[in-house]
Amino acid sequence: MGSIEANGKTYETDEEGYLADLNTWDKDVAEVMAKIDDCELTESHWEVINFLREYYEEYQIAPAVRVLTKAIGKKLGKDKGNSKYLYELFPYGPAKQACKYAGLPKPTGCV
Amino acid sequence: MSDTKKFLFINRKAPYGTIYAWESLEVVLISAAFEQDVSLAFMDDGVYQLLKGQDTSGIGMKNFSPTYSALGDYEITKIYVEKESLEERGLTLDDLQHLVWEDEDEDYAEKDSIRLVSRAELGDVMAEQDVLFNF
Repeated sequence: MGSIEANGKTYETDEEGYLADLNTWDKDVAEVMAKIDDCELTESHWEVINFLREYYEEYQIAPAVRVLTKAIGKKLGKDKGNSKYLYELFPYGPAKQACKYAGLPKPTGCV
Repeated sequence: MSDTKKFLFINRKAPYGTIYAWESLEVVLISAAFEQDVSLAFMDDGVYQLLKGQDTSGIGMKNFSPTYSALGDYEITKIYVEKESLEERGLTLDDLQHLVWEDEDEDYAEKDSIRLVSRAELGDVMAEQDVLFNF
């Protein structure tokens, strides 16, 4: 177990930096997580993060990267629903890294 | 596509008394992410896993039933439900969630994933598989 400080609040995480309780998530902790990875969150990042949170809300899972890519393409357009675009935003792997900032568990099947 | 195998996951237990149903679902999602030809079968008490309107708030477990609706996104389009198991429990297809997948070749038309099969037909489905998993 670890923890992250953001805006005077403490957030518990697992050993890989994912939030222990997704209900504790807010935008501040997402910003701090991104900063740790040297990543500046832009509007485009938030589109993906918000999409993941909605997906989890509906289906109770973090989608595999193939599923994420397809679903983003359908929702936000083909120019965004491809691995090149998503890897540019999230170089550590779109599913893994974006899920972390979104406060979700690591996608099922991700090692 | 010689690397693609036909996997059938057979779900026989009620969703929350044991961990089998959730474990099965996780392995299903992992297998589908590796682009295998994955189908699911629900029989015996396993048919309860697909019931509509599940509420786990009284037992302190996560209600994972919404996840079955994501199976279409994972290109899992064959979900077999055994007719006799439903009947023995006084259930019909209307008691189960309506699961669909979108056919990209037909402008994302929604198609039903659940196929009601008899015990004998389910036996034929099992015989066609490369790998069977029992949960």
